[in-house]
Amino acid sequence: MSKKYDTPMLDELEKGAFPSFVTEIKRAAAHSDMSNDLLGHTETCYKERVTHWKHGGIVGVRGYGGGVIGRYSDMPDKFPGVAHFHTVRLNSPSGFYYKADALVELCDLWDKYGSGLTNIHGSTGDLVFLGTRTENLEPFFAETSSRGWDLGGSGSALRTPSCCLGKSRCEWANIDTMAITNDITQHYQDEMHRPAFPYKFKFKVAGCACDCIASIARADMSIIGTWKGNIRVNQAEVANYAKTMNIQAEIIDMCPTGCMKLDGKELRIDNANCNRCMHCIAKMTKALRPGTEQGATLLLGSKAPIVTGALMSWVIVPFIKMEPPYEEFYELIDKIWEWWDENGKNRERIGELIERLSFPRFLKEVGLEPSPAMVKEPRRDPFFFWAEEDIER
Amino acid sequence: MEKEEVKKIIYALVEASTGKKKLKQSDILKKVSADHGIEKDEVKAALRDLVDAGTLIFTYFGGSFIEIPPK
Repeated sequence: MSKKYDTPMLDELEKGAFPSFVTEIKRAAAHSDMSNDLLGHTETCYKERVTHWKHGGIVGVRGYGGGVIGRYSDMPDKFPGVAHFHTVRLNSPSGFYYKADALVELCDLWDKYGSGLTNIHGSTGDLVFLGTRTENLEPFFAETSSRGWDLGGSGSALRTPSCCLGKSRCEWANIDTMAITNDITQHYQDEMHRPAFPYKFKFKVAGCACDCIASIARADMSIIGTWKGNIRVNQAEVANYAKTMNIQAEIIDMCPTGCMKLDGKELRIDNANCNRCMHCIAKMTKALRPGTEQGATLLLGSKAPIVTGALMSWVIVPFIKMEPPYEEFYELIDKIWEWWDENGKNRERIGELIERLSFPRFLKEVGLEPSPAMVKEPRRDPFFFWAEEDIER
Repeated sequence: MEKEEVKKIIYALVEASTGKKKLKQSDILKKVSADHGIEKDEVKAALRDLVDAGTLIFTYFGGSFIEIPPK
């Protein structure tokens, strides 16, 4: 298919060291009229500094209230290929593990029913299929669901839960993130496919406080693996590390609670004052390991800035055992959703509602005991470094 | 109350709201439950039947709502 549009502004986005979405659209445009018109449409949006997309409306798959995001061009005559350009979200498997032939099959189906453009994965964690017409939604859904896939979440619903790789590859995982994510997904099918909330709700499950999926900033509920008791220390390995690193500077001085010290060649940890940040464990992998009584900390309320400003999740349950059948966890979630449903306004996230009605009221009405661990903002951030001139100022 | 009867009540509520106020699923559950003394789970099951049959649909306009599909 020949080039239809000059795109000088988009072409600028192909320069530089990083992969460019423009390059990918151009590659798809070689065999897709839809992608070809997308180039012209996007160039027009950039040139006129205004979006020509209309979002939402009445579009989807029968029986489902989510998983398809309606999108239309307001210039259908000029760019007929993108008159409809709906997005389809497919629920990703926990940990994002795929067989190559499954991905090839999905891409072939999308070449058949859509633009051929994908976003794997979108920031939601779904497999995102960009650009199709309304009449192609049901056939695409029928073909994918017959192969075992299901739609993900969208709208005022539970969004597709996602997680880090957890115990499948990471020795630091304190919880089985993939099993938990799968269980939540199966348990809350109705909440994911039939939007009933005031607004969206996201779960993200991280195996430890390294939080590789950034759940603390991206999920209404962050489930972060942690432990009770003492960090396991191998003093012989500590001595080995001392030969190649400055333990005082790189570990002890960077401990956010100052709970460590070197006693001769041995590392001493005041575990009662450790906040399980994982810094020391991540730096001295052979010498330190999490404690053996493992579970999760539940945090609530983070969101990106849409209606109001961005929020980070904060602790609502310092420690919970996350083992099947997760009854205690699900009971708590149901109570939180009921409270949100009773009190939340349209498009109000759970974190915003707590800010509006107060954290003490949330705790009281949901039935959670206050705890000193429920810190909304940390005393200091160990990953933020002041320059000397900042300190002098 | 029979499920078919609940479905009729839900449909009538959505129909009466058309063009006036968009109803969320939770609005319907609360209203029908409160007005007719029916458990929310029963209302939810009836509503699910209506959506599965395509009699009512979910729409998205800055939030997810239940509406009658366009003719």
